[in-house]
Amino acid sequence: MRYYLDFEKRLEPIERRIEEIKKFHNVTEGHYAKELSGLEKKVSKIEKEIYGDLSNWQRSQLSRHLNRPHTLDYVSHLFTDFTELHGDRRFKDDPAIAGGFARFEGISVAVLGHQKGKDVREMAARNFGMANPEGYRKAVRLMDLADRWQKPIITFIDTPGAFPGIGAEERGQAETIASAICFMFSLSVPVIAVVIGEGGSGGALAVGVGNRVLMLENATYSVISPEGCAAILWRDGAKGPLAADALKPTAPDLYELNVVDEVVPEPFGGAHRNWQETFDHLSQVLSKHLKELLSIPGDGLRAQRYDKFRRMGIFQEQR
Amino acid sequence: MGFFKKKDKDKPPHIEIDIQKEIKKAEKEEKALWIKCSSCHELIYRKEVERNLDVCPKCQYHFPYSVQNRINLIFDKGTFVELYRGIEPVDFLKFKDTKSYKVRLQETRESLNRNDAVVCGQGKIKGIDALAAIFDFEFMGGSLGSVVGEKITRLLEEGAGKGIPVIVFCASGGARMQEGILSLMQMSKVSGAIYKLKSQRIPYITVLTDPTLGGVSASIAMLGDIIIGEPKAMIGFAGPRVIKETIKEELPAGFQRSEYLVEHGMIDMIVPRKEIKQKIHQLLSLITT
Ligand SMILES: [Zn+2]
Repeated sequence: MRYYLDFEKRLEPIERRIEEIKKFHNVTEGHYAKELSGLEKKVSKIEKEIYGDLSNWQRSQLSRHLNRPHTLDYVSHLFTDFTELHGDRRFKDDPAIAGGFARFEGISVAVLGHQKGKDVREMAARNFGMANPEGYRKAVRLMDLADRWQKPIITFIDTPGAFPGIGAEERGQAETIASAICFMFSLSVPVIAVVIGEGGSGGALAVGVGNRVLMLENATYSVISPEGCAAILWRDGAKGPLAADALKPTAPDLYELNVVDEVVPEPFGGAHRNWQETFDHLSQVLSKHLKELLSIPGDGLRAQRYDKFRRMGIFQEQR
Repeated sequence: MGFFKKKDKDKPPHIEIDIQKEIKKAEKEEKALWIKCSSCHELIYRKEVERNLDVCPKCQYHFPYSVQNRINLIFDKGTFVELYRGIEPVDFLKFKDTKSYKVRLQETRESLNRNDAVVCGQGKIKGIDALAAIFDFEFMGGSLGSVVGEKITRLLEEGAGKGIPVIVFCASGGARMQEGILSLMQMSKVSGAIYKLKSQRIPYITVLTDPTLGGVSASIAMLGDIIIGEPKAMIGFAGPRVIKETIKEELPAGFQRSEYLVEHGMIDMIVPRKEIKQKIHQLLSLITT
């Protein structure tokens, strides 16, 4: 199902008509061809107006767009031989995080990430990509296998955050996130983390300690969601747009702060407007970084990862 | 209060102001004398609580404890030397909610006479050397930002370099939102340094006090080799209000309190304040000698 955000709504009737024409009519010539080209011109004009200068709040919404490609979409388009592995061997399998082994450009790698759903049923089954402790334990288990078998690790980040629930707390949500973050510093293989959608706080960081951190142009990565921040600091959840400006959670902001190494360009309007173009862009960038990292020995990778995160933070010092 | 309404125009105004001041002063003094326990809700004589290491004599709830008191409680007299004092916060995002972060920092720093939400140092615990970080919940809820992250990371690196055990006394609502993504990144920075410390086989002990939540809980606090809770301290990832709003259910009795975490295997033990020095010393001596 095609889904439109509020600020995209003007496109909806035109694109529906385009779909209709393409489906039911011969568009190679005559009346329908003419209508179609008119509509397409209209679309590109509106696209320029609505996507030309995106606000942080609009980007936050785009990062959660239901039609954006999700982790398993990237896995099926960028990888071959994907074999999903299940379970944390402690409690259960958490479908909010999916992962396994696959090949990227022929190289065997571990690939894992948060998986939101594309329709209501899948979203509910996967808890909207909000993992419980067993999800992070599964991630650690897969990364541990990759380390032992000396396979590079590619993670995809796309979550509103770790799930806040009774069971999650009882089974140690804080401890599993902390352990996952800490564990990633021990890895002796290349780790590339890609923020593909919503990078929500500790639940995102739990699979985010990479030698490289890449981020899609309209993805966001933040300590707290704009709505959550607004509810606390403004005491008004509707002040999300103000909080989104203040938090600076967009890819260009994070590149500026040296938190991400490269921003992966999206098709005009966002990844949901053209999946193939998005896959092509990411594939190229991923390939480049993986090649660079493959030439570094294990100790070097560990040291580089430590130094990268060690430098993060801005303060001044009186001596 | 009803005797001196503003409508009584025949009263000279300066007298009225004086009386209101007096009432406020009296109220303040009254408040200063008595405090309400946030756990058992009893009204208790403040002096009695203070004499009892800020512990409620009725229900043993451990009130937040000042950094200076904590240092005096834990370290042998005159041995604690503060480290990394000169590291100061910066409003690099120019973050503004109802107040700008810059102003908030200025006001907090002035009123608490402290640069940020953690004090680090080295001292002796019954003769054993230890490095410690002590969170100050008064300073923006003990939130984890660049300064707290940097100071604790240096402390951990110092521990790894010199082979000295590290102890962190946590009291925090979580990451500091006003520093955006870089506050989140402090969780990874600190966790990397904890990994380093642990690889050197140096013990890392955390003491979780009321409250220890969010980003601090999901990094510094829960990575302790040994984790100690203060009685009735609230410890968790998400705060109880967020959980309640998400799941739309009542939370179980005692949820996210130290006692609950021991029961669920998340912390090692609960140690009352008056025994904490003895317990830490015992642990350090068991581990190191
Ligand atoms: Zn009490």
